[in-house]
Amino acid sequence: MIELTAHDWQAIQLTLKLCLYTTLILLLLGTPLAWWLAQGQSRGQCRVRTAIQALVALPLVLPPTVLGFYLLLLLGPQGAVGGTLERLGFQHLAFSFPGILIGSVIYSLPFTVQPLLESFRRMGPRPLEVAQTLGAGKLDQLFSVVLPLCRGGFIVAATLTFAHTLGEFGVILMLGGSIPGETQVLSVLIYDHTEAMNYSQAHQLSLGLLIAAFVVLFIVYGLNKRFDRGPLT
Amino acid sequence: MRILWVFSLLLCMLPVRASEPLTIAAASDLRYALDEIIALYQNEHPKARIRVSYGSSGKISTQIRHGAPFDLFFSADIQFPEQLYAEGHVSTAPELYAIGRIVLWSPRLDLTEVTLSQLNALSFRRLAIAQPAHAPYGLRAKEALQALGLWDVLEPKLVYGENIAQTAQMAQSGAAEVAIIALSLARFPQLSRHGYQLIPSDLHQPLTQAYSVTRHGANNASAHRFATFMQSSEARSILEHYGFELPARRVK
Repeated sequence: MIELTAHDWQAIQLTLKLCLYTTLILLLLGTPLAWWLAQGQSRGQCRVRTAIQALVALPLVLPPTVLGFYLLLLLGPQGAVGGTLERLGFQHLAFSFPGILIGSVIYSLPFTVQPLLESFRRMGPRPLEVAQTLGAGKLDQLFSVVLPLCRGGFIVAATLTFAHTLGEFGVILMLGGSIPGETQVLSVLIYDHTEAMNYSQAHQLSLGLLIAAFVVLFIVYGLNKRFDRGPLT
Repeated sequence: MRILWVFSLLLCMLPVRASEPLTIAAASDLRYALDEIIALYQNEHPKARIRVSYGSSGKISTQIRHGAPFDLFFSADIQFPEQLYAEGHVSTAPELYAIGRIVLWSPRLDLTEVTLSQLNALSFRRLAIAQPAHAPYGLRAKEALQALGLWDVLEPKLVYGENIAQTAQMAQSGAAEVAIIALSLARFPQLSRHGYQLIPSDLHQPLTQAYSVTRHGANNASAHRFATFMQSSEARSILEHYGFELPARRVK
């Protein structure tokens, strides 16, 4: 019943790769960012922090086309980033996997930062102050206090980021074109199958994505519940 | 921000492929015909790795201008590759491969007795055409409707597909009752069980279709090989089967 072509598998593989890379990069970038934003909360607001927080949340409200449009101009051969890369002898980033990866990282940023911010805030400054009096170094504090206490936040951030990247469409369509194996992720391939009137293939992939997305969200909400009852609340 | 920069620098050093595949960008009217031609080509060249991206000719032109890594561009209107050639984005002068036609098509109304000029008498709610701003088939549909003085009357009923394949899909799914689509799509087995009405070619500018090897593909041997294959009699007979009129054979 399920007959996926090599073309479909290629898109599935590409999509998983994009989701995985995006999640890893965002956990690395989002953790310090969320941490910094969380500090602002306890020591009174400052304008820069508020501005950054608004910037981080922008992808939630902006149409993906706005982001796609600007990234296309920025990363393309005539853009500031793409043009500089070309002059340095590299390739520009429009219509390439690194290009859509950058797009995904920006687009999914709030889905990493928000849950982390929330869990850092819930932890509050107290556990770290205690750790400090006990003589724990900065790295020790991160690995022995922050990571275990905010484990739930990290898991939710990672799964939400992964799931959100799975459902990305507009930015990738504009920035990536629809190049098989390079930028043609599942959502774009489904669009292409529909246009070609390959309804049965569009069905298979759509249903697959629907089930995958449900399972991921089911896990997220399940975890949320578990950690809500955890020692921190 | 700096981290992003460093990271993007690192990333673009990564993708070094062993053998460069051929990436084709093609106008959507070729969707079925070109798939067949590629299958035929791959029979003869089993090692060839070809990927295709379909879209409206205008959209593909813009993508090429912004550095899309296409090696070969099949346009539904010669004007696009001509412009790209003048700007230096494609490396070979546009080569004619076919002339397209537009048809009136509907999966639910019987159009065998209806010509385009009688369209207004028909009762329907939506007429789908491709976006005239960047899809050549949409522009030709607009010209034909204007030539018959129907544009102003029918404009409120129009819905626009992003390209000609999507326009056909809009009508096929029933979202629009009637569509003006490419003959090459109306000939596709899945769609051809519904009749179509050929629109006289004197109502619009010709759909002169041409291809060019892009600047990106200038050194890609398979781009040139595939381009030559388009002139072969096997490829031409597939195009003919899909209703394309063929230009006179290139003199060698």
